[in-house]
Amino acid sequence: MLVLEHVSWSTPDGKEVLKDISLTVNDRRLLALTGPNGGGKTTLARLIAGIEKPTEGRILMDGEDITELDVTQRARRGIGYAFQQPVRFKGMTVRQLVETAAGETLEETSLCDILSSVGLCARDYLERDVNATLSGGEMKRIEIATVLARHARISVFDEPEAGIDLWSFAGLIKTFNTIRQETTGSLVIVSHQERLLRIADEIVLLADGQIKGMGSAGEMLTQLLSTGAATVACCKEEAVCHE
Amino acid sequence: MNETTKKLLKIVSDWTGEFTGAYNIREDGGCAGRRSSEHILIESKKDKPGLDIRILPGTKGETVSIPACVTHGDVDDLVYNDFFVGENADVLIVAGCGVHTENGEPARHNGIHRFFLAEGSRVKYEEKHIGTGNGAGLRSIDPVTEVFLGKNAFMEMDTSQIGGVDKTVRETSATLDAGARLVIRERLLTEKEQTAETKFKVDLNGEDSGVDIVSRSVARGKSRQNYISSIVGNAPCTGHSECDAIIDGEAFVDASPQLCAHHNDAALIHEAAIGKIAGEQILKLRTLGLTEQEAEEKIIKGFLS
Repeated sequence: MLVLEHVSWSTPDGKEVLKDISLTVNDRRLLALTGPNGGGKTTLARLIAGIEKPTEGRILMDGEDITELDVTQRARRGIGYAFQQPVRFKGMTVRQLVETAAGETLEETSLCDILSSVGLCARDYLERDVNATLSGGEMKRIEIATVLARHARISVFDEPEAGIDLWSFAGLIKTFNTIRQETTGSLVIVSHQERLLRIADEIVLLADGQIKGMGSAGEMLTQLLSTGAATVACCKEEAVCHE
Repeated sequence: MNETTKKLLKIVSDWTGEFTGAYNIREDGGCAGRRSSEHILIESKKDKPGLDIRILPGTKGETVSIPACVTHGDVDDLVYNDFFVGENADVLIVAGCGVHTENGEPARHNGIHRFFLAEGSRVKYEEKHIGTGNGAGLRSIDPVTEVFLGKNAFMEMDTSQIGGVDKTVRETSATLDAGARLVIRERLLTEKEQTAETKFKVDLNGEDSGVDIVSRSVARGKSRQNYISSIVGNAPCTGHSECDAIIDGEAFVDASPQLCAHHNDAALIHEAAIGKIAGEQILKLRTLGLTEQEAEEKIIKGFLS
């Protein structure tokens, strides 16, 4: 379970980016953070991962105050974080990256399961370098795979749809549906996409660094779609997703 | 052979107590063991130190190992090894050199290797260099590699210096006939006040010849590296060179790639990148549970793998 209590964050030069954020994500629940660009979504995700530390407030994981723990310590406690812009490594293979994420050498069947859950064939990808030869969409899927491999207590995905092409998007929705059903931990997804927001249990609307609305996916989507705050999936995309 | 040689052999040529195939073990300028095979003949040169290694035409799947070890200080070992690879042969050549000194005196190995590949032959050449031992004695390895690729010949050169060498000057030159291909993978690690110079000169003389050079290096401490490559396209050909370096501490890396298109249909490319480890790479690995130091080691290990 993840709890944020009155969390605020300001830039080093004093600009207030997040103001008094309080929220709870219980086990087996998926919380979606949405809202306009610059509203503080990514900052909040980075605060949960420990990349930034709150200037005020507390972050608790399963009752433990982890506010002062750094990125490594939080990762070891069980927080997983998927970057919006995946990082490339020259000389590191997909296998090595996924095994680093898992913290152990994995059997081929486990590696295959992890990669196939993000729509990649292990045979084609395991020995490839995580470098510029992979497309943005492939990198994004591998990034998600590194979080899945960790079996984290709290998994944070920062705009998993960003950079994913239309065909991959259908698979992405399927992947998150599966994660949603199988996880025993808490999930936080930063997203603008209606179809991703639909599978959330709760949606938080973040704008100007503050929570402007919070509620069940059904309630919030009605509100969001009427104000145009979430990207409405186009007809073409719907057709792809239903194939 | 002595115990130091045994230790060095394990590092530079994956020696497990014996070699499969033909071999010659050079220890402090002498011969510590040799075996020719039915298809690979190893003989001492008559006029200077070194070997003539003749690989008969059509030899397939065999290995020849020629490691050289300097096991104490005050040794300056110079050797000339020539490989004559027959038509349509396909073999693995494992060189590798270890220099060890404990007594404060310098230890140096200078291996001059020439490869003459006949038409249609293929060679994978593995070369690993390391320096070991304590004390201030300078450990240096100065390999010279000259490659002559006949029509449609192919050579892959996998060369690395994995630590402990205080000073190295590595010179590689190649001449390619029609349809020949050369692939070079170099990895270099320098630390403390070590220096490394690496020079490549490739002449693409034949139609449809090609070269691909990728050099990756890590310079730490106060070490200095200098990379120079020159690809000359004298025919319709393809050439690619890539020099990537990670710098850390007060290390310097100079890179001077040169491409010379001396034919209208020569297609030559160079890429170079020098810089510190990207902060985002360290951050990503920290989100996977590694400390900053563990992340750096992982990135460098992968980069040099």
